Order: sequence, then structure tokens, then C-alpha cells
Amino acid sequence: MAKKSMRHECAKSLVELGAKYNEIIVLEGDLKESTQSIQFQQAYPERYIDCGIAEQNMVGVAAGLALAGKIPVVQSFACFISMRTCEQARTSVAYPRLNVKFVVSHGGISPGSAGTTHHAIEDIAIMRAIPNMAVLVPGDAEEAKQVLHAALAYEGPVYIRLSASDTKDIYTERDVFNIGRATLLREGNDACIITTGTMVAVGVEAADQLLQKGVKTRVIQMASIKPLDHGIIEQAAKETEAIVTVEEHNILGGLGGAVCEVVAETGGVRVKRIGIKDHFSDVGTATCLLNKEEITVQAIAKNVLGMLK
Amino acid sequence: MISPKIKELKHIAKQARKLMVETLICAGCGHPGGAFSSIDLMTALYFDIMKIDPHNPQWDERDRFILSKGHSSIGLYTILHLRGFMDKETLLTFRQDNSLLCGHPDMHKIAGVEMSTGSLGHGLSVGAGLAMVGKMDKKNYRVFVLMGDGETQEGSVWEAALFAAHHKLDNLVGIVDRNMLQIDGCTEDILALEPYRAKWETFGWHVEEIDGHNFKQIKETLERCPVSASRPTLILANTVKGKGISFMERNPAWHGGGLKGDQAEIALQETNAALVED
Repeated sequence: MAKKSMRHECAKSLVELGAKYNEIIVLEGDLKESTQSIQFQQAYPERYIDCGIAEQNMVGVAAGLALAGKIPVVQSFACFISMRTCEQARTSVAYPRLNVKFVVSHGGISPGSAGTTHHAIEDIAIMRAIPNMAVLVPGDAEEAKQVLHAALAYEGPVYIRLSASDTKDIYTERDVFNIGRATLLREGNDACIITTGTMVAVGVEAADQLLQKGVKTRVIQMASIKPLDHGIIEQAAKETEAIVTVEEHNILGGLGGAVCEVVAETGGVRVKRIGIKDHFSDVGTATCLLNKEEITVQAIAKNVLGMLK
Repeated sequence: MISPKIKELKHIAKQARKLMVETLICAGCGHPGGAFSSIDLMTALYFDIMKIDPHNPQWDERDRFILSKGHSSIGLYTILHLRGFMDKETLLTFRQDNSLLCGHPDMHKIAGVEMSTGSLGHGLSVGAGLAMVGKMDKKNYRVFVLMGDGETQEGSVWEAALFAAHHKLDNLVGIVDRNMLQIDGCTEDILALEPYRAKWETFGWHVEEIDGHNFKQIKETLERCPVSASRPTLILANTVKGKGISFMERNPAWHGGGLKGDQAEIALQETNAALVED
């Protein structure tokens, strides 16, 4: 399977969208190579503002741009936007429902050995707790592009979390992403794996391994964390014997939390959350850290089998 | 010799103070101190300085006003009422159940409120964003952002100060209501701001210092904005917290609180008496 950088692909898309939406203004927090906002800067220098290392001001400025009818796209790392500027995002963007798009890279533990300060394992929980804020976590370059298109067509604040890691291609141009809708990647009524972000690839691989053992496992990719596709979760709770959620995030408050909130109200099935078990990370590459956290194909498959016993 | 315009502004400010007292009595709570210190500034902005149209609040060319010190909402609401954006019945619902008038203003509830504010240190960045669009799209509007002096202890204010100077936003006017008090006491005892003027100047702003209760000075200075080509302007308005109500003046205890009993009576008498003088 080919691997791509969703940051680079998304940045390329943003340049294309820049032609369609004259109102797009990209704001950067001094990370233009890492976020790849440099691509937009090169294409539209007059619609690009490098705000420097002053993220709170950057989000406030974005609110002002949106008030005056622009579509600000704020770029930085997930950790800084969700935590350093949390209050600006909540009070000056989400509360007045301003049309600001946060397109943040380095979600989860993808910054690897850069360390815990640069990891974002809390951002999904934080951003999804803010009313009016849509939270989108794509899993590969194609899905990231489609998420970006959908976010720009949507009126209101959106948080898009990208990974720093290269990702395997799962989606093709034939697939269609809609805000509020999950995508069904594998059919099956024995168990269900629900993934978000880059975990989609391990989820699919785990389901394929399980199938070889005769366990038909449904795979749902939940790129739209908020609004959440309640229907598809309720259906999985009714039709399958076990649900396993997989995310590059703390097991508290993210995808696992969101799925459990739905299942707790509908009942019918046990849910196992796979993710970071509420602690800060050790030193290592993203792959090393995922292995240590048992966020792997083998661990997912083992959990599914364990729950079906 | 006082010009008719200044006489008119003074009279409107007196009406505003009386209405604020009435509204605070109805509400039983609110933030009087900073509203009374900044009401003269807001009066001049809305009745003399800013290009606005109450019949067309979203007029594209209008000057923008952001009340960054959102807790002074009672001042803004009162001025919006006097300027024709809202009726008195609505004003008197301030902070009551299901009212449109929250303690900190919501832009989606009342026409004329440009931005929802309340958490301190946000407004100057938002104003800078609006000013930036004015530059990009070659529009002539000006953006006025009213901040509390205590508010400028927030680091984000200084991020915005750097940004506005860097981008030469001369269409942005920051106004600081320098009443020297914050909730817990004098700004200089809690977290000193002085030398205050020099701070703004060092950050690249053109600073004008005025008496924030002297309409001649307010009018003459705000009329000249933008004062300096290629630099944002900071109006350092020296004010008295609680101005116009004897027992509130310079008393930090009146940052927040409702008017009840004898104090309500005194405040009504004082604001009425001031109006009768005219």
C-alpha cells in the first residue's frame, strides 16, 4: 500500500481551494514547513499571515477576520491550538459561531520523540466538549482532502486534526466524506472496530486478520467525531457482539468516550477502548510509542477475540 | 465657551448614568464601576465619533466598536438604547432570566454588538483582525477596542499589540479605561502596569493621553484618529472608577455588585440631580 503525508496533500488541496474561495486567509503560527502552510503562502502571499509565536492572538485575529466575512484557516500543531488557544477557540470563535477553520497537524503521538509537550492526546476531548465546534479527524491523505473540502463548504467553526506521520492509502476519490457521517469499510456482524484518524489502517488490517480466523468484523471509520454518526453506532451495538474503539488519543473523552456515551444510552454491547491509557508518553518514535501502548493490529485482534469468548 | 456638541454629549452621558442606575436596580447585579468610568468614552464614540447607522447595524462601511472589557456591558447596552438600537423595555431586562442582555454581551442577541466578549484579553486581537480586513479590502472603517487597564495584564493583549504594530494597523484604535482599579485593588498593587504609556510606545503604538471624562479632550483626540499614519493608536484615558456615583468612585468594591436599598436611592438622586443641572 502506498503511503502519503496528509499534511502535504491537504496543503496542496488548500491551494486549490484558495482559487475557489477568495475569502480564505491562512494564518500560521511560525510552523509553515511543519504544517505545510508554506504552500499556500507561495500561491497567495497576500492572503497569508504568519502570526509568529503568539497563538492566542492568532486565533483572536482569525475571529476578527471571520467577523469581516473572511474564511480564516488557522494552522499550527494540535497541542497548541487545543490547549494554548483553547479559550480563544471557545469564547471568541465557537461561542459567536464564527467561520474559522482550525487545520492542525501533529495530532496524537505523531510527533514521536519530540516528546510529550508536542503530543496532543487530549485535543479531541477538549474540542468536542465545546458547543458549535465540529471535530474532524481524517485517516489518510484522500480523506484529509475530502474533510478539508467539506469543512470549507460548511458554515461554522471546525477543528481538523491531521497527523505528522505518513499514512497508508485507505480511501480513493470514489469515496465520499460527509460531516456527521461515518464510513463503513468492512462488513461483519461478529464484532465491530470503530476507528478515527490514522488508526483506520490498523483497524482494517485487524479486521482482515480476524476474517482469516472466521471472525467477521465490521470496520467503521469515524472521521467526523462531532457531529457524531449516532445511527451507525446504535446499529453496531444492536447487530454485533462487541465494539472495540481505536484512537491515537487518551482513552478518556475521545472516540472511545463518544462511542460509550451512545452505547450507554442504547445498551446491547460491551465496548473496549484502545488508546493511550491516561498517562504521558515515554521517549520514542510514533511507531515505538504505539507499540508500547498496544495500539497495534495484533492487540486489536486479540481484544476482539477476547470479547467474543 | 462650550460647544453645543459637547453640551449635548455631556447631557447624553448624564442620561446614560441615570438609565444605568435604573437598570442596575432592576437587575440586582452587574458591574457598575468600569461602566461608569467608561460611559463618557462610549457616549462620545456612539454620538459623535463613529460612522454607524442604527437602522442598518450591518452597514459594511461602519466603524466597529469592540467592548473588550465585556463586563461593562451595561454601559454599551445603555448607549445602544439611547442611540436607537434597542428599546428601553429590553434594556431593563438586563441579566434577568431569558433576557437578551447577558452580563457579558452576545453579538447574536442584540444588533449593534459587534462581538461577543467577556473573557478579558481577547478584544484587541479580534479588532486587529477586523482592521486587517479593512487594509486588505481597502475599506475606510476604523476599529475601536475598549479595554480595561487591569485587562491589559493579560499576555494576549501584548501579543495583539505586537501584531497591530507589525502590520501597521493605523485603522485600529485601542482605548484603555485607566481607572487604576481591578477587582482585588489598585492595578499598581496587584500587578503593576506603570510605566504604562511607555509600554505601549515601546510596542510601536502612537499614544494619546486624555482625561476620559473631559468631552473636549475625548472629542478632539478621537476625531483625529487615526492619529499616526502606519501606527495603531492607543488612547490612554485616565478615568475614575464608578464616576458619577459618590459612594462608588475610586472604590474597588464597586467593580461588581447590585444597587439596593439606601444606595439605590442615593444613586438615583445623584444621577437625577446631575440631569436637572442641565
